[in-house]
Amino acid sequence: MNVIVEREKGLIQLEQRIDELKEQAAQQPVDMTAEIRALEAKYAEIQREIFGRMTPWQRVNMARHPKRPIGSDYIAALDQFDELHGDRHFRDDHAIVGGFAKLNGRRIIAIAQDKGRDTKEKVYRNFGMASPEGYRKVLRLVQLADHLGLPVVTFVDTSGADPGIGSEERAQSEAIAQSLYELADARVPLVASIVGEGGSGGALALALADHVLILQHSVYSVASPEGAAAILWGDAARAEEAATRLKLTSDDLLTFGIVDEVIPEPIGGAHRDAAGTIARVLDAVDRALDALIPIPSVELRDRRYAKFRRIGAASP
Amino acid sequence: MPMPEWLRLRRAQPVPVEDAAQWTKCPKCGTMIYRPDLAANLWVCPTCAHHFRMHAFDRISMLVDADFNEIGGELLPGDPLGWTDKVPYPQKLARDREKSKLTEGVVCGFASIGGHPLALAVMDFNFRGGTMGTVVGERITQLFERARERGLPCVVFTASGGARMEEGMLALMQMAKTTMAVRRFHDDGGYYISVLTDPTTGGVSASFAFQADVVLAEARAAIGFAGRRVIEQTIRQKLPENFQTAEFLLEKGAIDMVLERNVLKDTLVRLLDYGVGGKRPANGRNGAAVPAVDAIPPAESRA
Repeated sequence: MNVIVEREKGLIQLEQRIDELKEQAAQQPVDMTAEIRALEAKYAEIQREIFGRMTPWQRVNMARHPKRPIGSDYIAALDQFDELHGDRHFRDDHAIVGGFAKLNGRRIIAIAQDKGRDTKEKVYRNFGMASPEGYRKVLRLVQLADHLGLPVVTFVDTSGADPGIGSEERAQSEAIAQSLYELADARVPLVASIVGEGGSGGALALALADHVLILQHSVYSVASPEGAAAILWGDAARAEEAATRLKLTSDDLLTFGIVDEVIPEPIGGAHRDAAGTIARVLDAVDRALDALIPIPSVELRDRRYAKFRRIGAASP
Repeated sequence: MPMPEWLRLRRAQPVPVEDAAQWTKCPKCGTMIYRPDLAANLWVCPTCAHHFRMHAFDRISMLVDADFNEIGGELLPGDPLGWTDKVPYPQKLARDREKSKLTEGVVCGFASIGGHPLALAVMDFNFRGGTMGTVVGERITQLFERARERGLPCVVFTASGGARMEEGMLALMQMAKTTMAVRRFHDDGGYYISVLTDPTTGGVSASFAFQADVVLAEARAAIGFAGRRVIEQTIRQKLPENFQTAEFLLEKGAIDMVLERNVLKDTLVRLLDYGVGGKRPANGRNGAAVPAVDAIPPAESRA
C-alpha cells in the first residue's frame, strides 16, 4: 500500500466535485462561484496539509508513486533515441534502457533504469532491478560514449540491484564495481538524475557523475528502507523507521553535498504534471551539460575526483 | 613507526596453561582448540580446516616481513546522521573499539612481504562487521593515493558486511571515492591484488574488492553482493548450500584463485613477484609516461 495514494484519495474526490460544479455552473444560470471558491480553498488547504511537510517515509512513497514518471518517460521525451541492446556476453537486461539520443539537438548517450508501468511491464523490466548484464550494458555504453566523445546522461530509479540467485552467479558485485570503475575516469561529461528511488550500489552504478540532480521528492539511500531494516534489525517491516533515520530526502542529500541540485516538483508530486516535470529535469540536464562540455577532459576528471574525494574526507 | 606496541606484547606474552579462556570451540566441527595452538596454526581449525575470521593485526603479523607502518590510524568516525536505534551510534562504536581493540574496520599501512615493499590494507569483521563508513573509505583512499605516489603495489584483504547503514549515503559514497582512487592508482601503472576473506559482501564487494588486477579468496569465504538474509527476505527462495562461497565464485569464473590460509602468503609473494618491476607501458590517459621502446613491436610486425 502506498501511503501517498491513500492520502490522495480525498483530494481526488474533491477535485471531481469541483469539476462537476464547474460543469453545472457552465450549463445552468445559477451562480455557484462562491461554492466553487470555498471548495477550491478547502482543496488547497488539504493539499498543503498533505504535501506541505512530508515525512521521509511519505517521500519514499511519493518516489514510488504508481503514476510517477519513470525512466522510459524521460527517454521518450528526448528529441531522438536509438536503443542499443545487450551486454555482449549473456543477454539484454530490460531493467536498463540505453542508447544514442539527442537532447535539444545535442548528441548524447542516454541510460535509464525503468521500473515498468503495468504488471506485465514491471515483470518484463524486473521492477527496475538490474542484473549484472544491465550494469555490463552500462559499462559498454559508457565506453562507447568515451570513445565517441558523447556526454552520458542517466536517469536513476531503482530500489536496488537485483538480489536473485542468477545475479549472484553472474557476479553482481563485479558488474557494479566495473560500472563504477568505468564512470570514475570516463573522459566525457556525466550527468545523473535521480528521478524516483535511488537504492544502494545498484543506483550509484549509474550515478557516479559530474553533476547529480534529484527531483524534490525522490530519495537516494545507502540501502532501500526495507533492505536497511533487514540488515539492521532483521525485519524488513521496519522500513518506515529506517527511512526516518537514513537521511534520504533531497534536502538531506543537498546538505551533505551528495547531490548538486534539487529540481522542484509541483505540489502533489511529479505525477500531477508529468510533462512539466520531465521538461524541467531535461532542462536542468541540458544546463549542466552546457557548463560541463567546455571543461577540458583532464580538468573534468580532476574535478570529478575532487568532488567525490571530499565526501567523508578527514579535512573538509 | 614500528609494529604497534600492543602487538609486540601480544606476541611475547606467556600464556597461563590452565586458563579456560585459552580454549576456543570450532564453530564448524565443535572441537575444543587451545588458543595458542590455533594462533600457531594461522587460526585454522586443526581438525576440520575451518578458517576462523582473523583479527586485522594477527593477519598483518602473519604476512609482513618485519615492521608495519600504519597510516590513517588517527582518522576516527563521527556521527554524521546523529544515528540512534537501540543505542546511539557513537556508543556502538565505543563498544566495538573496546571489543576489537581497533579504531575502525580497516587497518592500512606500509610493509614488505617476502621482500616486496607494498601498501597493505586489512579489514576486520570484528569492528561493525567490517562495514564501510567514511573512515574505512578515507583510509583505503589514502592508502591507494600514497601507494600511487610511491609506485608501490597494493594488497587489500577485505572482510565486510557492506556499506555502514548508520552513516547513510556518506557511507555509500565511499564506494565512489575508493573506486576513483583505485582507478587512478591503476591507470598510473599500479598493481593491485585483493584477497576476499569471510565475509565480503555489499558495497565493499561491489567496489574495490572486485577492481583488482588479481582477485583471490580464502577457502570457504562467503562472497556476494546481497547478503543471504536480504536475498531470502526479498525473493523467498531456497538458496543452494554452497551459494556465495569462494569455491562457488571460482566455479562461476568470478575470481582467480581460492587459497587455503597456509599457502596464502607464499602465493601472494609469487603473485607480487610477477607484477612488480616489470616494464609496464604507462597508460598515457593522464598524459603520463610514454610506453617503453621495447614494449612497442616493430612497425612491420604490426602491419
